[in-house]
Amino acid sequence: MKKTLLILLLAVMCTTSQAQKIFQTKSGKVKFFSSAPLENIEAVNNQVDSKLATNGQLVFMLGIKGFRFENATMQEHFNENYMESTKYPKAVFGGTITNLAAINFDKDGTYNTSVTGELEIHGVKKKVSIDGTIEIKSGKVSVKSKFNIKLSDYNIKGSLIGEKIAKEVEVTVDCKYD
Amino acid sequence: MLKVLALFHCVLLSVMLHAQDIDLLTKAKEESAKEDSSKTELVAATFKSTRLINGHSVETIKEGLLDFRISHRFGFVNQGLYDLFGLDNATERMGLDYGITNRLMVGIGRSTFQKQMDGFIKYRLMQQSTGKKAMPLSVTLLASAIVKTIKETDPTIKRTTSDKTSFAYQVLIARKFNEKTSLQIMPTLVHYNLVPLTGDPNDLFSMGIGGRQKISKRVSINAEYYWQFNKFDGYHNSFAIGVDIETGGHVFQLHFANSTGMTETTFIHETVGDWGKGDIHFGFNISRVFKIKKKKNIN
Repeated sequence: MKKTLLILLLAVMCTTSQAQKIFQTKSGKVKFFSSAPLENIEAVNNQVDSKLATNGQLVFMLGIKGFRFENATMQEHFNENYMESTKYPKAVFGGTITNLAAINFDKDGTYNTSVTGELEIHGVKKKVSIDGTIEIKSGKVSVKSKFNIKLSDYNIKGSLIGEKIAKEVEVTVDCKYD
Repeated sequence: MLKVLALFHCVLLSVMLHAQDIDLLTKAKEESAKEDSSKTELVAATFKSTRLINGHSVETIKEGLLDFRISHRFGFVNQGLYDLFGLDNATERMGLDYGITNRLMVGIGRSTFQKQMDGFIKYRLMQQSTGKKAMPLSVTLLASAIVKTIKETDPTIKRTTSDKTSFAYQVLIARKFNEKTSLQIMPTLVHYNLVPLTGDPNDLFSMGIGGRQKISKRVSINAEYYWQFNKFDGYHNSFAIGVDIETGGHVFQLHFANSTGMTETTFIHETVGDWGKGDIHFGFNISRVFKIKKKKNIN
């Protein structure tokens, strides 16, 4: 009897661990764009660490110093003056897909989705809800999203914000999972 | 017995499911912490500018950037109201610096003081870093040449360009102790092709020490002092103190210094001003950086 139960238990364990498949990448892309009257500012980080589990969990993690600018001086000011990236080296998002039932990870297609979770930038954690798409193509998963971040929400300050730098920046996420 | 086991099973299952809920974020964080410990990260922005005040800092200008610099030193403040505390007089240096690579830069300049033309080459040998391959210091090498093109007061004296040339070699060693404090030492050798008096040495040695203390994100207090091991008679050691103010692409440096010249040779070994007597210049450097070469597509 005990044996049977133990086997059953193991079987359950196996199925649960099988049910949760994790897709991951270390070369996801996150871009931000600030449009202001005087200057457009654009930077790209293509070393984004992301994990997506079929149970709906979604994690993004990136090093602030990994953002590349066209202008090296701008990059230095971004790290030194605005993001204080030695003090706050990472931006992290951890959340869950809200419409998991609508997504079939085994079937090709593009699914509109929404995730809710916590976004941490510049040491400030905030509950957010972000829309995006999940694309499944012959077993490969990719996630795309575009959303705005208000700098003041994350306590990012500077005299040039609102003048040379927009108060809100547009963030574009593009991750292809292995 | 069966009930107990079933219960146990349920508890275990719920624990497992719960564990899965928090699993991904914690897992990602653990992984990234592990990765970070095997990474080497360069320490950037030891100083705001490529110059401490008169002399160079370990910083080099980045690849493809052109730095247009205007440096001004007014007259001595002890000249009193008649000269508006020195503001009536000024010496100036105009210069262009360019970053060939992120480590190598060159620059040229023209000073009204002694009608000098100067040029330098600066190479970042080592950059301070943290992580796996931690490097405690930044080391930058500098070589500069100065030609004094001013006419001799006595027209019978003929000097060749070589006679009017001097060279300075510096090893700049700095450490950024934290976000606010950086210190630098500058062992220096200056060579004069022609010296004022027969007994004067052609090679002069000095040791510079300088630093910065940030008082806000964009403002720092800088100081710089050069101790001369051997020197020409009647000259003083150079000392300067000032503030750096950074606004976007500009860096403004405002300072007080007893040196009139703004090139290595002249401010280190030809400083006539004496702080004790109030021979102090108020001065400023303005730096404006332009992007000349477009970086390869950042995407």
